[in-house]
Amino acid sequence: MSLLSGWGRYPKADCTLVSARSPADVEAAIVAAPLIARGNGRAYGDAAMNAGQTLAMTGMDRMLSFEDGVLVAEAGVLLADIIQTFLPRGWFPMVTPGTKYVSLGGAIAADVHGKNHHLDGSFRTCVDWVDVMGPDGAVTRTVPGDDLFDWTLGGMGLTGVILRAQIRLRAVETMYIAQETRALTSLSETLEAFEQTLDAPYSVAWIDCSDGPHHGHSLLLLGRHATAQDLPPRWHPFAVKRKRKLPVPFGAPPFLFRGLWLRALNGIYWRRGARRAGHALVDWDSYFYPLDALSNWNRLYGRNGFVQFQCALPEHSSAAGLAELMATIAASQTGSVLSVLKRFGPQSGHFSFPMPGYTLALDFPASERSLELMSRLDEITLAHGGRFYLAKDARMPEAVAKADPRTEAFAAMRKQAGLSDRFVSMQSERLGI
Amino acid sequence: MSGPVLILGAASGIARAIARSFAEAGHSIQLAARNSSRLEDDAADLRTRYGIEVSLHDFDALTLDSHAAFVDTLPVLPEVAVCAVGAMGEQGQSEADPQAAAHILRSNFEGPASILAHLANAMEARGSGTLVGISSVAGDRGRASNYIYGSAKAGFTAFLSGLRNRLAKKGVHVVTVLPGFVRTAMLDGMETPGPLTAEPAEVGAAVVKAVEKQKNVIYTRPIWRIVMAVIRNIPEPVFKKTSL
Repeated sequence: MSLLSGWGRYPKADCTLVSARSPADVEAAIVAAPLIARGNGRAYGDAAMNAGQTLAMTGMDRMLSFEDGVLVAEAGVLLADIIQTFLPRGWFPMVTPGTKYVSLGGAIAADVHGKNHHLDGSFRTCVDWVDVMGPDGAVTRTVPGDDLFDWTLGGMGLTGVILRAQIRLRAVETMYIAQETRALTSLSETLEAFEQTLDAPYSVAWIDCSDGPHHGHSLLLLGRHATAQDLPPRWHPFAVKRKRKLPVPFGAPPFLFRGLWLRALNGIYWRRGARRAGHALVDWDSYFYPLDALSNWNRLYGRNGFVQFQCALPEHSSAAGLAELMATIAASQTGSVLSVLKRFGPQSGHFSFPMPGYTLALDFPASERSLELMSRLDEITLAHGGRFYLAKDARMPEAVAKADPRTEAFAAMRKQAGLSDRFVSMQSERLGI
Repeated sequence: MSGPVLILGAASGIARAIARSFAEAGHSIQLAARNSSRLEDDAADLRTRYGIEVSLHDFDALTLDSHAAFVDTLPVLPEVAVCAVGAMGEQGQSEADPQAAAHILRSNFEGPASILAHLANAMEARGSGTLVGISSVAGDRGRASNYIYGSAKAGFTAFLSGLRNRLAKKGVHVVTVLPGFVRTAMLDGMETPGPLTAEPAEVGAAVVKAVEKQKNVIYTRPIWRIVMAVIRNIPEPVFKKTSL
C-alpha cells in the first residue's frame, strides 16, 4: 500500500500501486482488478487514484521514434523529457499546461490547455493517434474523427489505459519568448485587453481576487516565440541553462493565507509587474513554467494541502460571471494566492473542459471555509452556464458534475462499452461517471 | 570517453536508467538480456533521445557455458561493462525451497561472477576497460528478512573487491555499486523511507560519474554509507534480536 494524493495533497488515500513497464504488464493489471492509470501525479485531486489498484505508468517512458517534429512516445514520457530532448533541435510542444512535469498520457487524458488555447485549442490539436488498451486487453489505435478519440481526449483515463501516442511538435527558432506585460486596473479593462489581443499566440493574466483597493488589478502577459532576429547578438538560440530547483522543505504557516497578508502580497506582485510592464525576452522555462522552479511548491500550503478551483464560462456570460465569482471570493476573505484568467477559443471533443469564453483558476488552502466558498463558486459557475476542470477537481459533488449533460452521456457510454467496471478512479466514483 | 557500454540484464528498471545515462554522455550501447528482441522499444528510446547507436544481444546469466561465446561474438569488446543481472526472489519461498534459494544464489552471484570473469580476462588482455557490478546493501550484513539474496550479493561484493584488487595494475578498473532502495517495479507494494529511496535516474547518473572518476565502491545516496556502517557495527548478540 502506498499513501497517494494528487498534486494538491488533498485528498490522500492508501492505494495499491502497481508499476507497468510494458503493454503486457498493463494487460495483466487490467485482468487482475479494476484500475486507473497514473502518470506523474500532477492532477490536483483524486483523478489518478484508485485504492484497489493504481497503475503507475512512469516506467513506460520510451520515446519510440522522431522525425520532422513527429514524435511517437509511450504514455509515461514527461513533457519535460520531450523539451529537454527536442528543444535543442528546434522543437517545442504545440500545447503545454503550466507544468512541464505532466506525462504525455496525463496530458491526453485531461486534454490539457495552455496559454495558446484561444488560437490553437487544447492538447488534442497536436495528437495524431492514441493507442488505448481496453477492458479485454485489446489495443485500439484511435484517430481524430473516432468516437473513442473524442472520449479519450479529456476522458480522464476512463476509456482505457493510454499506452502510447503520436504527437506533432512546433518548430521554433529560439528557446525564448518575446513577452509583453500590461498592467491593468480592473476586470473589464482586462477582458477588453484580452479581446483586443486575440492574435497574440500566448496570453494569460494574473488577477487580484482579494478584498481591498487592488481588487481587479491584473497583469496581462502576452507572448510569442522569439525568432533568431529578435535575439541580441551573441545570444545562443538554444543555450542550455541548468537551473537549480529550489526545494520547499516545509509547509508554510497558515497565517500567510489570511486576508491582510494576502492583500499585501498581491499588491506587491502587481506593483512589481507594473514597474516592469513592457517588452522583454524571457526563456521558455520562466515563461511557461514559473512554478516548476520550486520543486515542491505544493508544500507551500502546508500538510493539509490545497484545493484548486477552475471553471470555464461561455462568452456571453463571462463578464458577469467573472465579476460575481471575484466579488464572492473577495467577500469570503479566504483569498486565493494565484488567480489566473485566460481566454478560451473553440473546442472540439466529447468531454474536454474548455469552451469558447474565459477560464478562471484559483487555489485555496484545504479547509472547511474554502470548501464552503467553493460550493458557492460552483453555484455561480452553473448559473452562468459554465463547467469545471476535472484535472483540478478534488471535491466536487456529483450533482454539480451532472449539471453538465456530457457527464451523464459519458457515464452511459462507459457502461455500454463495458468500461465502467474496469477503469475506475476515486474521482469517477465520486462524480458517478 | 565515448566507447561502447555493455549493459547485462538490460531489462530491469535500474539497467534502463544506467543505459540512458551512458547514452546521454555520448556512448553507444549494447543491451544484453534473455530474449533481447523484447528490448526493441528500449533501443528505439535510446536512439530517439540521444542519437547514439544501440545493438541487442541475447544473454542468459544462468547458462554459464554460453558466456565465453557471448563475449567472443560481441561486435566489439566494450569500454565499460555493467552487470545489472539479479533476482530478488521471495525470502519465504527461498527458505522453504532450497531449489528456489539456489536459483537466487546463482542469479545474483554465480552468473554475474562468471560473465564478469570472462569480460575481465578480455579487458585485461586488452589492458583497458571498466567493469561495474550492481550489488546491494543487503550484502553488507545478513538479515532474517532477505539473507538468501543478501548472501549472494555479499559474495558478489567480495568477488568485485577481489577482481578490483587483481586488475588494479592491469589498466582495468572495477566499480561496486550499492544502490540502496530504488523506485522501480521491485519496490511495488513496499513502503520505503523517502530519504533512503533513489529514483532510477539518480542511480544512472551516479554510475556514470563513478566510472568517469574511477570510484571503487559507491552508494547512490551517501546517507546509505552511514546507515550501513551502523548496521554492520551492531554487536551480534544485539543484532540477532532485531528485526531490520
